[in-house]
Amino acid sequence: MDGEELTEQETALYDRQIRVWGADAQRRLSKSHILVCGMKGTVAEFCKNIVLAGVGSVTLVDDRIVTDESLSANFLILPHENHYNGKTLAEVCCDSLKEFNHMVHVAVETGDISTFGVEFFEKFDAVIISCCSLGKKKLINQKCRKLSKRVAFYTVECRGSCGEMFVDLLDYKYSKKKLEETIECQIEYPSFEEAISVPWRALPRRVSKLYFAMRVIEQFEDVEGRNPGETTIADLPGVLKLRKELCETNVQY
Amino acid sequence: MSSEEQLSAIKGAKVLMVGAGGIGCELLKTLALSGFQDIHIIDMDTIEVSNLNRQFLFRQSHVGQSKAKVARDAVLRFRPNISITPYHANVKESRFNVDFYKEFDVVLNGLDNLDARRHVNRLCLAVDVPLVESGTTGFLGQVTVHLKGKTECYECQPKPAPKTYPVCTITSTPSKFVHCIVWAKDLLFAKLFGDENLENDLNVRSSDATNLSEHSEDVFECRKGEDIEQYGRRIYDHVFGHNIEVALSNEETWKNRNKPRPIYSKDVFPDKLTKENGKTEKGSATDDVSAMASLGLKNPQDVWSLAENSRVFYESLRLFFLKRQKEIGSLTFDKDDQLAVEFVTAAANIRASSFGIPLHSLFEAKGIAGNIVHAVATTNAIIAGLIVIEAIKVLKKDSNSYRMTYCLEHPSKKLLLMPVEPYEPNKSCYVCSETPLSLEVNTHHSKLRDFVEKIVKAKLGMNFPVIMSGASIIYEIGEDLEEDMVAIYAANLERALSELPSPVISGTVLTIEDLQQEFSCRINIKHREEFDEEREPDGMLLSGWVEAPVDKNNNKSIGNGESTSSALSMEEIQEGEKDVEIQGTSESAENVTGKKRKLSEVSKGTIPDHSGLPDESSRNQNQLEKLDVDDEDDELIISNDWESLTKKKRL
Repeated sequence: MDGEELTEQETALYDRQIRVWGADAQRRLSKSHILVCGMKGTVAEFCKNIVLAGVGSVTLVDDRIVTDESLSANFLILPHENHYNGKTLAEVCCDSLKEFNHMVHVAVETGDISTFGVEFFEKFDAVIISCCSLGKKKLINQKCRKLSKRVAFYTVECRGSCGEMFVDLLDYKYSKKKLEETIECQIEYPSFEEAISVPWRALPRRVSKLYFAMRVIEQFEDVEGRNPGETTIADLPGVLKLRKELCETNVQY
Repeated sequence: MSSEEQLSAIKGAKVLMVGAGGIGCELLKTLALSGFQDIHIIDMDTIEVSNLNRQFLFRQSHVGQSKAKVARDAVLRFRPNISITPYHANVKESRFNVDFYKEFDVVLNGLDNLDARRHVNRLCLAVDVPLVESGTTGFLGQVTVHLKGKTECYECQPKPAPKTYPVCTITSTPSKFVHCIVWAKDLLFAKLFGDENLENDLNVRSSDATNLSEHSEDVFECRKGEDIEQYGRRIYDHVFGHNIEVALSNEETWKNRNKPRPIYSKDVFPDKLTKENGKTEKGSATDDVSAMASLGLKNPQDVWSLAENSRVFYESLRLFFLKRQKEIGSLTFDKDDQLAVEFVTAAANIRASSFGIPLHSLFEAKGIAGNIVHAVATTNAIIAGLIVIEAIKVLKKDSNSYRMTYCLEHPSKKLLLMPVEPYEPNKSCYVCSETPLSLEVNTHHSKLRDFVEKIVKAKLGMNFPVIMSGASIIYEIGEDLEEDMVAIYAANLERALSELPSPVISGTVLTIEDLQQEFSCRINIKHREEFDEEREPDGMLLSGWVEAPVDKNNNKSIGNGESTSSALSMEEIQEGEKDVEIQGTSESAENVTGKKRKLSEVSKGTIPDHSGLPDESSRNQNQLEKLDVDDEDDELIISNDWESLTKKKRL
C-alpha cells in the first residue's frame, strides 16, 4: 500500500473493476503473488479470473502430461497435438494464461511442492491447491501457517456437479460497513486439519450433507492410496462401508 | 432424467445468445464446454479496451473488431468441432423476426439495455420459445427464466426506468453532484460544442419560464477580436458568476435552501491565465489532446481544487477550439472522449463548489457522466454458469426445477446465491396477457404525434407500430410504405386526436401492433379536459400499464442518458442491511402484485397467502422469507446417485 500509482495502461484496462473494488485494492492486487497447484476445471476458471484481475504473478504447478481427458473441462488447453504434445498441464495453461493479461507474470514450477521448504511458500500471498491428496493438503497448509507473513490457503475439489472449497486466512482482520459506521472485525481461521477434524455431531444442523460426503470420499481415497477423483462406481461398496463407519464414529452420543 | 438423456438434449439443441459482452463471453465458453454444438450469437458492438478486464475472449489486438465474430473465433480454438454463427448486427433489425426465432430451442440474453430486452421478450413470446434472462452489475447479478403461459414474462414485473431529474433542479437548485454533471454535460457542453439548433435550458430561471432576452444568445458566441482566453473567462463568468447572481435574486427559491455563491474568474485567477496554462503540449494527434496532460495533472483519481478545476475548464475549452474546431457544433458527449470528460468534470466541479456540493475526481465524474456500469469477470462467470444450468433444465422440460437465481453481494442467511421459484404470469401484464390499457387524454388538444412519441414508442416500447382505429390504419412506421400513405400519416401526426379522419374520441378503442415483435395491444381512449401541468406534463395518463415506480417530480425532467445498469438492483432484491430505495407504487400496485402463485403451488393446487400486499418491497420480503435452504438438494447426495459424485464426467 505504498504511494505508487497505477499506470495509465492499468487505469484504462482495469477501469471497470476499479469502480468495483477501488484503486487501492487494484494496487495491492498488482503486487500479489499466487501459487496454483492442480490445473483442472475450476482451477482453470480461477486462473482466468485472477489473471484478468491483474495480480502481480501466478505460478502454476502440475506436472501431469496433457491427455485428451484433460481437454474436457479446461478451456486453456487447445486441442491441437502440436500445442500440447508432451507438455505438462502447467506448461500449456501457462502459455494460454499469459495471453489474457500481459501485465501478469505467469510461470511454471515443477516438482512436488508438498516436499518444498517453508521458504518456498513465503514468496506467495495465496496458495490454491486442487487434485491433491489429503496428506499433501495438510502438509502444505501447515507450511503456510508456519510463516510470519500471512499466506492464504485455499483448496478446491469438484466431483461431477458438486464442489467444495476450503479457506484458511489465518488471523484475519477486516472492516465491515454497517449503515454509517465502520466496524473492525477479526476472525481466527482453523487450519485445514483442524477444520475437518471437527466431530460431525458438533457441526451446525444446516451444514450441507455434501460436506460429509466429501469427507467420506476424501478418507476413502486417502486410505486406498488413490489420486483424488479416481474413485469409481466399482468402489461403491467400499465407500458405503466407510460411510457407515464414519457415521458411527462421528455421530455417536 | 439420466445424464445420457441430458447430454443428448444438449447436443441436439439450437441456442440463440443475444450479447457477446461481459456475460456473453463467459456464456459462450460455458456452453461450449458443456457440450452445446449449435450456437448463434448476436452483438452489434465492437471491442474496446475497457472490455478486456472481463471479456476474456478478446485481446488488445482485437480492439475495434466485432465482438460476436471474435468471440466465435476464440471459442472455436478450444472447441473446433462445434458450430457458432455470429451476427454483427442490432437484435432489433427486421431480419431477426419470428421466423428467425422459432428455429431455436432456447434464447439466452446477455444484454445491457432495457429496450433490447423487451424486444427479445416479445419475440420469444410470439414464437413460444423459452427465454433465460440475466444481468450483472459489479458483484450483483441475476438469472431469470421465462416461459410463455407458465411463468412471468420479462415485462410482467416493472423494471426501473432510467433516473430523470426535474429541469429546475438541474438549472437552478442542484443538491447532488449528479445534478451538476447533468448540467455540465447536457446544458453547458451541449450549448458550447453541440448542435446550436437544439433546445437548451441553460439560461432558464426557475421563477421565470421565459428565456432571458436575445442578449443571452450572444453570450456563447465568440466576439470579434476576442481571443480564447477572453472567451473562456467570459463564459466562465457568465455561467458561474452572472447566472448565479440572477438565480440569487429570486429570494423565494432560497428560503429553505443554502444559497450558492457566484464564482468569478478574477477571484480564482487574478492574473492572466497564460502564465499557468499552455505548458508545451506534445504536438501530437487529436487523439492525445488532453487538458490534464497539458497541465501536468496525472492522476484521474485525484480530486482537484477549485483552482485546478478552473484551469482544466479553460484549458479544455481552449484545446477544443484550437485542435478540434471542426467538430464544434456537432459534438455529443462521449465518455471515451478524454477532453470532453475533462471539460464536464471541471464544469460540474466548479458548479458543485458554488453550491456547496462535494467535488469529485475525474474518475468518479466520468463514471457518472458516462453511466458506466462497474463490472468484474467473476460475477459474469457465475451468472453464465447459472444460465447454462437453467437452459439445461429448460431443454429437459424440467419445469419444477426452474429457478430465478439472484447473486448477492453480501450473504443473506449465509448464502450468496438465492434461488427462488418463478411466479405465474401476471394476468394484468399487457405484454403477455393482452389486457387492454386505458388512456386518459384531451382528444381535442393532444396530437397524434404526442401519442406516438410518448406512449407508443416510449412507454410501450414499440419500434414499428401500426395504429388502427377499427379497420382503418391511422398511422404506421415501416419500410416500403406507399408515398400517398406516408403523406397521409405525416398529416395525421399533426392533427388532434379528435380531428383525425377516423376520429379518436372517448370510447374509441385503438389497436396497436408491432409486426416485428408480433405484439399487439388495445387501448381504450377516455377523454379528459384538464391535466395538471406539473404532475401530468404530457397531458396523457396511461393506466393498466405496469409502470416502474420512478420519482414523479414537478415539471419536465432531464435524464442522465440511458441507464445501462444490467442487474436488477435494490428495487428487486431487498437486503437487510442495505439502504434500499423502497418506492411505493400507486395505482399500478394491484396490477403488479395481485394474487400470484409460485409454479410449484400451482401444480399442488394449494393457495398461498400473498393477499393484500401493498407494494413491491414487501412482496420481495415475502419471497425472501419463504426461501429456505433447498433441503431437497441435500438429499440428492445421499441418494443412489453416486455416479455424479464418483465417475469422472466429461462436461
